[in-house]
Amino acid sequence: MAEKENPILEVKNLSKSFGKVEVFSDICFAIEKGSAMAVIGSSGSGKTTLLRCLNFLETPEHGQIVVKGNCLFDADDSSTQQEKDIRHKRLHFGLVFQSFNLFPQYSAFRNVTLASELLAKEQPGYSSNRGRLIKEIQERAEYLLGQVGLSDKLNNYPHELSGGQQQRVAIARALAVNPDILCFDEPTSALDPELTGEVLKVIKSLADLNTTMLIVTHEMSFARDVADTVAFMDAGSIVEQGPPSQVISNPKQARTRQFLERYLGNN
Amino acid sequence: MFWNVTLKLFEGFSQTLLIFILTLVFSLILGLPIAFGSMSRFKPLRWLSRTFVWIIRGTPLMLQVIIVFYGPALIWEGISPLSRMAAVLIAFIINYSAYFSEIYRGGIEAIPKGQYEAAQTLGMTRKQIFFKVVLLQVVKRIVPPMSNEILTLVKDTSLARIVAVKEIIWVGQEFIASRALLWPLFYTGVFYLVFCGILTLVFGKIEEKLDYFKVQ
Repeated sequence: MAEKENPILEVKNLSKSFGKVEVFSDICFAIEKGSAMAVIGSSGSGKTTLLRCLNFLETPEHGQIVVKGNCLFDADDSSTQQEKDIRHKRLHFGLVFQSFNLFPQYSAFRNVTLASELLAKEQPGYSSNRGRLIKEIQERAEYLLGQVGLSDKLNNYPHELSGGQQQRVAIARALAVNPDILCFDEPTSALDPELTGEVLKVIKSLADLNTTMLIVTHEMSFARDVADTVAFMDAGSIVEQGPPSQVISNPKQARTRQFLERYLGNN
Repeated sequence: MFWNVTLKLFEGFSQTLLIFILTLVFSLILGLPIAFGSMSRFKPLRWLSRTFVWIIRGTPLMLQVIIVFYGPALIWEGISPLSRMAAVLIAFIINYSAYFSEIYRGGIEAIPKGQYEAAQTLGMTRKQIFFKVVLLQVVKRIVPPMSNEILTLVKDTSLARIVAVKEIIWVGQEFIASRALLWPLFYTGVFYLVFCGILTLVFGKIEEKLDYFKVQ
């Protein structure tokens, strides 16, 4: 296969343990710009911890994280792990949590603008361009909330929104700081089946706009529809990865087949 | 007669108020570093803070007032004694900052980890996370326990009479000795009741103001 341009994200030999318990080891994968990768697998297989490592919420013991050719994290090079740099490195990744984690004291709109406004203050020449920058941030927030279908909920507080609406605000909030890769940690697991659809539809629309995404999910048919690549994780390693037509529809590994049978049996 | 007693009691109540306000202001501030100490990842500091809180909450406030007033002269002979009011204030401020620190700690520890993590992934600094995300949620959580503790403080001020600070109960009691009147002492209860009533209304307003959002 001919090499296309460099992948936007490369994860190389990543390993993570909590004390003596190994969560995952030797994870390798790459994501092309504009493509979506779904990670499936049973609970406890290390999927969530993997996302948390990419977002610098956990520190892996081994391996490297490379974004756009820059090594953001190398377990063997402590100069890549400096506390002061981590905050900016995090901005390469966005994370949508299973439990939304919206800021309850702010309206949907303010949830989306807050981080951008704080980041804008760090820019040189902020004070002279303040008005223009704030206006841009607000316009972008309105656009993003429109994109997730919540133009009429800008001024609502999180407790006034349904779970599905809260999760859509969380997606807009994560997009507001322009991450290179948007990560989803089981974005619909805390939702009623009725509300799951509206969130999945929004993620699908982002995929259609070529947003680079890494999605941990239990929704097999969704993974099949949205993802360009699917990785099946089991007991801390990627057992199989490839296009959904292979991994989900026609798995090569016995372990993948076994897992999917249980899932599709439920559907 | 009634009018004279009322005026006298107001004199006493001004001392009560003085203890109340100064204790409140200083221990609300001092409680914060103690709370952070109790939550510190640096073990000796955490141990120190928690031991301090244990001792202060584990002994009577009345005893603490006595120790602050009489203690220094017992240890260093010739030291000029603290004024009665100063001793009371020092003991009260130390005592209430220990209680407030525990309320702060409870409020801060109740904030879900996800709030910090969401803010971190959005590139906020630790300072921004505390002031922009966590603080108001903590305030909302601690208003009810704070209200309780502050009402207790109003009535605890009466302990100042143990070192002869002439707060309202002292003044009320003086009428028994000087004029053989018991009712002024009972009457002091009205002062406490009205003052606590006003505070309750204020706390209610604050809770109402923070009612526009809900914390998980």
